[in-house]
Amino acid sequence: MIDQELTALLLYPLLGGLLLALLGAKKWAAELNSLMSFCTFAASVLLAIGVVDSGPQVAFSEQFFIDQFNVFLVMLTTFVAFTTSLFSRPYMRIEQEHGKLSTPMLHLYYSMYQLFTFTMLVALTANNMGIIWVAMEAATLTTVLLVSLYRTPASLEAAWKYFILCGVGIALALFGTILLYFAAERVLGQGGDALLWTHLNQVKTELEPTVLKLAFVFLLVGYGTKIGLVPLHSWLPDAHAEGPTPISAVLSGLLLNVALCAVMRSKVLVDGSLGTHFAGNLMMGFGLLSVVVASLFLSRQKDLKRMFAYSSVEHMGLITFAFGMGGPVASFAALLHMTMHSLTKSAIFFAVGHAVQTAGTQQMANIRGILQISPTIGWGLLLGTFAILGMPPFGVFASEFLIISTAMHAYPWTTPFLLVALGIAFSAIFGKIQPIVFGETTAKRLPHSPALLPVFSHLLLVLIFGLYMPLYLANWYRQAAALLG
Amino acid sequence: MENLLPGILLQLFQSLLVVMAAPLLTGWVVMCRAWLQNRSAAGLFQPYRLLQKLFSKNAVIADNASVLFRVTPYILFGCMWLAAAIIPILAVDLPFSPAADVIALVGVFALARMFIALAAMDIGTAFGSLGARREMLVSFLAEPALIMVLFTASTISHSTQLPRIVDTLAHQHFALYPSLAFAALAFVMVLLAENARIPIDNPSTHLELTMIHEAMILEYSARHLALIEWASSLKLFAYISLGIALFIPHGIAGAGDWGALPLAMLALLLKMIVAGAGLALLETILAKMRIFRAPEYLGTAFLLAVLGLLIHFLLGT
Amino acid sequence: MMGAQTISLTVQFVNLLAALLLLIVFAMLSQRRILSLINLFAWQGLVLSVSTFVVAYSTDQPHLYYSAWLTLLLKVIALPWLLHRLIRKLNVKWDVETLINIPTTMLVGIALVIFAFNLAAPISQLSEGITRGLIGIALASVLLSLLMMLTRRKAISQVVGFLSMENGLFFAATSSTHGMPLVVELGIALDVLVATFIFGIFFFQIRETFDNLDITHMEKLKDD
Repeated sequence: MIDQELTALLLYPLLGGLLLALLGAKKWAAELNSLMSFCTFAASVLLAIGVVDSGPQVAFSEQFFIDQFNVFLVMLTTFVAFTTSLFSRPYMRIEQEHGKLSTPMLHLYYSMYQLFTFTMLVALTANNMGIIWVAMEAATLTTVLLVSLYRTPASLEAAWKYFILCGVGIALALFGTILLYFAAERVLGQGGDALLWTHLNQVKTELEPTVLKLAFVFLLVGYGTKIGLVPLHSWLPDAHAEGPTPISAVLSGLLLNVALCAVMRSKVLVDGSLGTHFAGNLMMGFGLLSVVVASLFLSRQKDLKRMFAYSSVEHMGLITFAFGMGGPVASFAALLHMTMHSLTKSAIFFAVGHAVQTAGTQQMANIRGILQISPTIGWGLLLGTFAILGMPPFGVFASEFLIISTAMHAYPWTTPFLLVALGIAFSAIFGKIQPIVFGETTAKRLPHSPALLPVFSHLLLVLIFGLYMPLYLANWYRQAAALLG
Repeated sequence: MENLLPGILLQLFQSLLVVMAAPLLTGWVVMCRAWLQNRSAAGLFQPYRLLQKLFSKNAVIADNASVLFRVTPYILFGCMWLAAAIIPILAVDLPFSPAADVIALVGVFALARMFIALAAMDIGTAFGSLGARREMLVSFLAEPALIMVLFTASTISHSTQLPRIVDTLAHQHFALYPSLAFAALAFVMVLLAENARIPIDNPSTHLELTMIHEAMILEYSARHLALIEWASSLKLFAYISLGIALFIPHGIAGAGDWGALPLAMLALLLKMIVAGAGLALLETILAKMRIFRAPEYLGTAFLLAVLGLLIHFLLGT
Repeated sequence: MMGAQTISLTVQFVNLLAALLLLIVFAMLSQRRILSLINLFAWQGLVLSVSTFVVAYSTDQPHLYYSAWLTLLLKVIALPWLLHRLIRKLNVKWDVETLINIPTTMLVGIALVIFAFNLAAPISQLSEGITRGLIGIALASVLLSLLMMLTRRKAISQVVGFLSMENGLFFAATSSTHGMPLVVELGIALDVLVATFIFGIFFFQIRETFDNLDITHMEKLKDD
């Protein structure tokens, strides 16, 4: 039933990656990249409509599984991947003109961009926990060379750190997967079926609790490295700051979500097996720690992209915390926050990317008065900052409000931590962005017009979600939240 | 009760055997080494000739030597003889068997070591205290490793009594013990270190920068030196028989099984020949280490022994 | 009776191989020379593939033979060959690493082994037959490889640590669960291969930028 849509969804990025790799650095590579991303997005919309209408489905002899939860992430991923591809066309052109990038590097960038989308989509839609792991690792592999695209010492260091830390993390996740299989094999028997999530979900109450407990710890620590949970986050600011900005945007807005999706899949199984709140407590702990530590780090940042990377750690912590609380409202809020964060953070990175290009540096002390040189970039950055800090009427406000009010009811002791952390984050980010946007400028004009459509379309969506939530979407989120329990 | 007399006889026999055969083993090792290094050997009985020569000389003792210096060779010899005599090498039930506890054995070795180190410092020469300090460094690291090896063997048989350990290993059905393999490796390393062998020490050198054991006994002469040399042979013999008892006890005579004794003798002879040759081979292919690398070497031995113990607990075979 | 005897012998053999695996990881942890490190890695792969063959034979699982052959090809032949080529090309064949305090590292290693055994103890209780206790050893070798990555300063040794960690995981998969589904194992093997290629690319980039493969140069990115 959904085989065609799914095939299209996975085939476009794969085909795009191969085409871009084979055809070489053609002039229209950026356009082809955007076209492929758009086709992928279109396929995801068709897929989403099918799934939301008729419920969870499996495809290709049960190797793929789509339900309301992951189809929502698929759609978010393809959408942001599409807008980022629109953004990267002018951005990369300007980088090339500034002499930062050579043509072969650009060639690598475009082909890897499509393959990266492909691996993320496989990780999201695969039904086999083992394949999810393989795809997550592949997603690291496709991005690691992109982080070191500029070949500066700092970018190499960041990429190496990213590779090693995520490699280690993902290895621990593999151990968790092996343990999961170990438990599953005793119930489902040998063979490939024992790692299929749908099968596991059916027998989750029979799975051995002691094994699943240990497995979840490893899975959370492993995939948690990818999510950027404290204390496993140290690769994240480096990779975001030193890689090209479109990659920062998709890492922050998408890859972290994908890793979280894998964790949620495991959590459902562990909850079923244990019957306790063990997994939730663990996630809440990691989430809360991330929120608090990241907000403390925010005020010490000097690098613009690095600061927003820490902001991603903070928000992923908040989402993990909300998923950890569980229940329909918290899960709903977490899903909403996931959407809002992805849209807002990628919009911010788009604006930041151009701001950095005009100023020629990432050091915040040297970027001043963006509004004077380019009002659109300035306003984009300012509005994005307002949105990510949770100012009404943007959507982030709604989701953060939901999360905190749920926490107040269920776990009152966490509220002061959350509120203080969000307060610190607010003052830190706002205090640093304000002089960047206003003030006297030393920046130069860009050789090409910046990409503004992605920035403002994202912000517009966030604003709409803040003011009005369409019933169709609300229902969709509610169903997804119900699946997560 | 009727077993008591032959038991005592056998114990006496074993005690005499070890004390007489120990220099033979040393001679065998030296001979193998000579062969391996393409030299002509001095003969199997060279250690006896050396002992005889030393015993027939007049002892010279430093003016400021105390009583400790004089009695140490006797204590050393006594300790080593005791150790070599109680390790079950021929039969498992001897009258001294209850004394053959592995921890007591380590204690006996430690006692001897303490006396020789004290005696070395007694004279007050620079070499004596240098050797004593190095000896203490090596033994302080080797002893825990040895104890861990012994623990590994005793956890398998649930006893620290050597005869029980030997009996369990020798007379039960064949099994692969990964833990014992680790322990055996560690034991060989400790054996090399404790008996002043390459790579930690070189028994045939008097090079001041490297010697350990020889530095300690530099002031001894005549009968004292003879006793110390003999004790060294006995120590080597004791260590090798301990190794045989722990890791390849197969062929030892069972409790009250007198008929198996000749076969046990033969097996022991064979094992000793192989062990001596192996030792000579090791000494030929290894190079002497700098003394500062010794902690690393012995640390590795300790690690292996601990791993053996851990693996025993985990795999539980 | 006869059957029981043979099974117990294979169990003993696999146990022995597991112990050997642990020993090799410790040897890697204390190895100074990069060339020997790579050879040790190849030995580790060999032990791994032999143990997979034994498990495949004793449990009569045909798909395990495939993964045993895959291990042999990939981890005993291909990856060491690739690494040998790399160090020849990068001219670091005789590089010696200064390790800090091997005894301390070893003690930390022992502590990790105890930790791993404890962690795996409840799982060992559950499993029957051939797998008892092996998951603890596998976890221990994973953690020890992790320790190796932490203590090393050369990029190549870190990568060998990474690959050795993967070996530990593979051992966990074959010994405790008789191997993951084949499609997953193929995917993992592909990832490892690609990762090694990317590591190779990195070596060249790092050397080009920093003049050698010492990653002590790469500690500039910090939050001050």
